[in-house]
Amino acid sequence: MTQDNKLLRIEKLFLYFNSRLGDVQAVDGVDFALDYNRAVVILGESGCGKSSLAKAILRLLPRNVSKYSGKVLLEGSDTMALDDEEYRLNVRWVGMSMVPQAAMNALNPVLRVGDQVAEPAMIHLGVNKEKALLQAKNMFQHVGVPEGFLNRYAFELSGGMRQRVAIAMALVTSPNLIILDEPTSALDVLTQANIFNVLKRTKKELGTSYILITHDIATSSELADDVAVMYAGQIVEYADAPRFFAEPLHPYSKALMASVPTLRGKKVLDFIEGQPPSLINLPERCRFAPRCHSRFDKCEQDPPTIEKDGRKVKCWLYT
Amino acid sequence: MSVEVKELSTDRVHSDHSDALLSVQDLRVWFELRRFGLGHAGYVHAVDGVSFDLGHGEAIAVVGESGCGKSTLMKTILALHQPTKGEIVFDGKKLSELDSNEMKWYRSQVGYVQQDPYGALAPFMNIKRILEEPLIIGGVRSKEEREQRVRNDMEEVKLHPVEDYWNKYPHMLSGGQQQRVVIARAMTMEPKLLVADEPVSMLDASVRVEILKLFQGLQQKYNLSVIYITHDLATVSYFSERIFVMYAGRIAEKARVDPLLQNPLHPYTHALLQGTSDPDAKNALSFKEVPPGEPPSLIIPPPGCRFHPRCAKAIKGLCEVEEPPEYEPEPGHFVSCWLFK
Amino acid sequence: MSAFRNSIRDLLRYPSAILGSVIILFLLAVSVYALVTIPYGEAVRLWRGGEEVWYQNPKYAAPAWFNYFSNKKQPVSFKVNSTDGSMLKTITPSSDPNISTVDITYSFDYAYDGVPQELMIYFTSQFKEKFSFVSVSWITPDGRTIRIADMAADHSLTFRFSQDQKLQKRLKTEDVMQAIFVDPNSPTQAPLKGQYQLVIAGTTFEKDATIDAEFVLHGELFGAAGTDKYRRDLLLPLLYGTPIALAFGLLAALGTSLLTMVIAAAGTWYGGWLDELIQRITEVNLVLPFLAILIMVGTFFSRSIWLMLSVTILLSIFSGSIKTYRAIFMQSKESSYIEAARAYGASSSRIIFSYLIPRMVPLLIPALVSSVPSFVFLEASLAVLGLGDPVLPTWGKVINDAFADGALYQGRYYWVLEPAILLMITGFGFAMLGFALDRIFNPRLRDI
Repeated sequence: MTQDNKLLRIEKLFLYFNSRLGDVQAVDGVDFALDYNRAVVILGESGCGKSSLAKAILRLLPRNVSKYSGKVLLEGSDTMALDDEEYRLNVRWVGMSMVPQAAMNALNPVLRVGDQVAEPAMIHLGVNKEKALLQAKNMFQHVGVPEGFLNRYAFELSGGMRQRVAIAMALVTSPNLIILDEPTSALDVLTQANIFNVLKRTKKELGTSYILITHDIATSSELADDVAVMYAGQIVEYADAPRFFAEPLHPYSKALMASVPTLRGKKVLDFIEGQPPSLINLPERCRFAPRCHSRFDKCEQDPPTIEKDGRKVKCWLYT
Repeated sequence: MSVEVKELSTDRVHSDHSDALLSVQDLRVWFELRRFGLGHAGYVHAVDGVSFDLGHGEAIAVVGESGCGKSTLMKTILALHQPTKGEIVFDGKKLSELDSNEMKWYRSQVGYVQQDPYGALAPFMNIKRILEEPLIIGGVRSKEEREQRVRNDMEEVKLHPVEDYWNKYPHMLSGGQQQRVVIARAMTMEPKLLVADEPVSMLDASVRVEILKLFQGLQQKYNLSVIYITHDLATVSYFSERIFVMYAGRIAEKARVDPLLQNPLHPYTHALLQGTSDPDAKNALSFKEVPPGEPPSLIIPPPGCRFHPRCAKAIKGLCEVEEPPEYEPEPGHFVSCWLFK
Repeated sequence: MSAFRNSIRDLLRYPSAILGSVIILFLLAVSVYALVTIPYGEAVRLWRGGEEVWYQNPKYAAPAWFNYFSNKKQPVSFKVNSTDGSMLKTITPSSDPNISTVDITYSFDYAYDGVPQELMIYFTSQFKEKFSFVSVSWITPDGRTIRIADMAADHSLTFRFSQDQKLQKRLKTEDVMQAIFVDPNSPTQAPLKGQYQLVIAGTTFEKDATIDAEFVLHGELFGAAGTDKYRRDLLLPLLYGTPIALAFGLLAALGTSLLTMVIAAAGTWYGGWLDELIQRITEVNLVLPFLAILIMVGTFFSRSIWLMLSVTILLSIFSGSIKTYRAIFMQSKESSYIEAARAYGASSSRIIFSYLIPRMVPLLIPALVSSVPSFVFLEASLAVLGLGDPVLPTWGKVINDAFADGALYQGRYYWVLEPAILLMITGFGFAMLGFALDRIFNPRLRDI
């Protein structure tokens, strides 16, 4: 039991899945820490393991897990040490909750949205239905959905509204941490802006911390205090947002930033050749090396994570 | 100086649009809502008065949010929907006057690149067969000729060595490779116009630029006209010459890229630009200004200017009464807004 | 084609698929064997031929392998004749060129616990004018010789032991079988076990005249499948019924599935009045009593199996599956690749046949395989109701005959169970394979 002022500390988190061709090393030794009232964005493309990371933190595991180990310290205590039932009662949706990918499409079509948002409060906080609905109403107000919608069904709401309902559902038990997996990927520009306004307001008024998982680099900057870049199951760079967006260090981060078109200010766009490696049977060398312009002979070994002025980079170039 | 573009006379069709490859004239596409199979419950005014010209070799982008009508516009140009009113003129010929053979010719002249690369390819056909289909339909009987053309198409989109990909099925290719096949298929009949619906939104960030550059290369090589449909304003500025902003079935603003981005005239365009983020850490420190409300119903659109319920600069007594005509405050920069009267 | 091989490999991972396939392969092998060894004309002859064909078999005999399961061994029927060498035949000419003696003997071991139903000898003689003369005797294991008969033999002569009055008188009992098989001195009624010998001493009175005999023993048991009321060997309809059942099932399933799919595709694609029409026809058809209509057709028109098959397919096309396929086609219709096809000018028929239907084939296959049993049962049901094809030997016909004869009341279970079990095995085999195919082609079911 360490004296820790960090909200979340993840140490050597591993999550492998079984598949016919071998183990899928989706989360391959991830470490990071998150303060109270701070948002970290996990940037990565498809197949890098970021959604699996969310599932690993919240212990929402499928049936074919082959390895799941590490420490997930929430407010100092290791949640990995709890058994499934204790975890369900004390951690999930109590200490931390989640807005999964395409949550707006996953609302139950036959229940009223108010009831759906109230449900976690009833189950995890043990309050009665009236109190839970009141809490739901508060959350609706918070995310900007008019109170009248409590009695509507999911299909009566637009995409943006439904995503806000999903966020309200994650907030209703007042957790300290919310994990958001691609919260705005299917939404329009203005709706996206609205959602991020909601998230920013919640962070300011309720003091919530966020882990935002996305591939959209531009919008991630709307919420990010810290940035973690994920590639092939590992975190290759971790820095605070101002320094990251101004000057990324890892070659992959640099290439990624170079491939994002910007509205303001012309720049030369570039793309990365090749594809990310499959997560099965990963080699023991730096995983980005085959596509990296700056590779050299040392890259045949897996690089260590170097700490430099409070930033972390997993690259031989910085030793 | 204002330009009235409400009702076009036939004279203007020939005199001012004769050098355009594609001329869309006051196009309206309405979908009928039926009540239980009998009776009529109104129309969805998906496209409600769109006019523009597209020159040879020109790339334009149509941007807007979902429900603005850009997809319907695109599909009508592809002859997948019938116009309710108005006219589409391609290479001097009116689409409504084409017989079925000429229609086939038209379809070979317009290539379609879709948003979802995997969904756009028949999962049970191999790549070779997928690319041969338009050729077979277009009447290319000789197997050798088809094979040669498929080979050329694949090399053009850099899917080589051709033999490595030919016999594969779509699920064996990556997203970027699938999209190349879609592009190859769109190009195979040597069209003059490409219509691309969000061609890279389902691809990873690092692959997007690759595909867009491919597009650009093909466009320049073959002097293709391209219509990009997208909601990503940031990409648009790199790959097109003009931008059209659509809202609720009409075009709100038309301009070349730089003038539009630096000096957006329509309040909606302004809001869109404000809402688009660039990767900048400072974004986290402030809230964005977003116009309240949501895009209007297309069944009973609001009277007057369709944006007026959400517009901070709405002129009382005018904006909610009458639809604004198109004004040209700067040369080449058109906006449909009463503020520019 | 590698997709095909992959599917086969996936299939082999399921024990149900292996079992189902083995059963189906077995049935196919039986069908091939039946069709090859018994040509159609022969089959009909054996099934409908009449007394001349069936006379050699006992009535109501159970299958020979019953003896493995009972302590009391019942006699198994057999027949031997002098022309194929199963009976020992010697011709001895005498000094007179016109007269020769023909000796035919047959020895056999009898180790059963009961007496046979009947013994018969069928004599055939070749001569021009003068009858031949035969003398039959019977030698028991304990050495007694019993004179059976002496008679003149016509061109064809049938001698039934139990029905010969002279023999009955000679043995002083009506129960001839009892008399010649049971030791008169033994206290039990059990027949004497050991070697019996039948001796036929024949005399011919013309040059080139011959006598041939066929000796038939009617036991309680017969052959691999037993016999029915008409003395027909049940192995015939069981064997021959297999290709008929499979053919009917497969043709009906295939015809129905393909046509249903095409109709659903066309309706969905063209929409409008065509779609409405097809839906209404389907709805009406769902309410119509399928079996009743088949019965009407069979009664008023003809019971030929081809007619039944055609009407079955016709009525089955517009079934509930049209609605299922329609739902799936409606979804597929909206796919991007169909939209692209329309954009590059594919005609409606091309879209239906080259784009929509191939997508459905993986769904079609398990449905097809799983529907075969219902058609096989349908054909059998029709036969049981008396509407089977009048000419062909089918499983259903066997059940029909058994039922009409009250077989179950009389304890002749084999007669009903044999075709019934074959029907069940067929259904089981196809169902197992169908389930496994369904799990492969519909991956969402895989975890169940």
